[in-house]
Amino acid sequence: MANKEVRVLGAWPSPFVMRARIALNIKKLDYEFLQEQLGSKSELLLKSNPVHKKIPVLIHGDKPICESLVIVQYVDEVWSSGPSILPSDPYDRAIARFWAAYIDDKWFPSLSGIPRAQGEEAKMAAIQQVRDGLELLEDAFVKCSKGKPFFGGDSIGYLDIAFGCFLGWLRVTEKSNGVKLLDETKTPNLAKWAVRFCSDVAVKDVMPDTDKLAEFAKVLFAKFRAPPPSN
Amino acid sequence: MESQEVKLLGFWVSPFVHRVEWALKLKGVPYEYIEEDIFNKSPLLLELNPVHKKVPVLVHNQKVLAESFVILEYIDENWKQCPLLPQDPYDRAKARFWAKFAEEKILSDGAWRAARAKGDNREKALGSTIEALEKIEGELKGKGKFFGGESIGYLDLALGWISYMLPVWEDVGSIKIMDPTRFPATAAWMSEFVNHPAVKDSLPPRDKMIIYFEKRLKELEI
Repeated sequence: MANKEVRVLGAWPSPFVMRARIALNIKKLDYEFLQEQLGSKSELLLKSNPVHKKIPVLIHGDKPICESLVIVQYVDEVWSSGPSILPSDPYDRAIARFWAAYIDDKWFPSLSGIPRAQGEEAKMAAIQQVRDGLELLEDAFVKCSKGKPFFGGDSIGYLDIAFGCFLGWLRVTEKSNGVKLLDETKTPNLAKWAVRFCSDVAVKDVMPDTDKLAEFAKVLFAKFRAPPPSN
Repeated sequence: MESQEVKLLGFWVSPFVHRVEWALKLKGVPYEYIEEDIFNKSPLLLELNPVHKKVPVLVHNQKVLAESFVILEYIDENWKQCPLLPQDPYDRAKARFWAKFAEEKILSDGAWRAARAKGDNREKALGSTIEALEKIEGELKGKGKFFGGESIGYLDLALGWISYMLPVWEDVGSIKIMDPTRFPATAAWMSEFVNHPAVKDSLPPRDKMIIYFEKRLKELEI
């Protein structure tokens, strides 16, 4: 597959960008990874995503596709001969989409809520919210995986990607707040799944090293006084 | 043939529920409608949607689904007649993109916020809603009757609330968002939409909506 045909505008720390890259990796597609610089937006980004001016953007030929989960579905639908990312059964697809929406609308904002929390009490409440969400996702994992290693079954799929992309930031949050969020005793299946996900061939080269990400987080907070980007 | 038992839990004025109903009607899928009082949620609703405790909830042969966009895609994939999403992957991506955009910028944090807000907050919400509507207007220009062309589809259903609920919010909140001279393509689309056979007899009565939203406005002033 020609290199210039598929380009991803993104940045290595972004979990949303990671989703697009994992999807392309699953399909074994070559792509050009164009990294945006922190604090500035390239001409190409502003041209390809004029509405949101955010990463990731997938540029396929001359077509820009925006919004990480829209990109993942697009990749799945265009390169349909490769391994499937969404399940084949409509109900399983609906369940995967439901939980992906939950992760974006509720769970990830709750994770971002921890560094934003003012004061000990607010911090504890924010931490509890994240843990409650993880318990829901533990149940979801048991139901979706049906005894197999991933949410998607034998291999990683849509929901694995939607959730797994946040594991780096989850670990950074644990480290910088001295707290365990993904607990082997409370959410044993998720804890094991997390290890499998991060070592998957489609994931391991795009999942950032936790220490490197923690360093980046410090720079981000210092520069913007704000936690990770929310796409 | 497997019996198709479809139930829909809804609330009469919820635009999220309406879009599911239109989809079922377009596909000719018979369903049982169960009205929920969202201010006094039933054990059934809490059992079927414990994560969000919201309507719509679709139950299809014991399979429970929640979240209106998720339900729309399920309906589209399960009943092949009258396709809602376009066939081409890029067109599908665009439809999904704009549905999400409108949901975030015009519905939730847009028009309803503008209707309830006062002073500077109102100006801000109004400004960003209108800016978002301009982008939708751009998408409709030269398209034909609907977003996908001559037939109604996913993006029309996602934005359909604009055609009958936005005017109510404008009234109740004393705001002007949908200026037909500024948004002629959107105005034309709104008219096509409310007159579509799958839509026109299912809309809640205007006077009932006015009473409901006047009350909500008082309760939710920001």
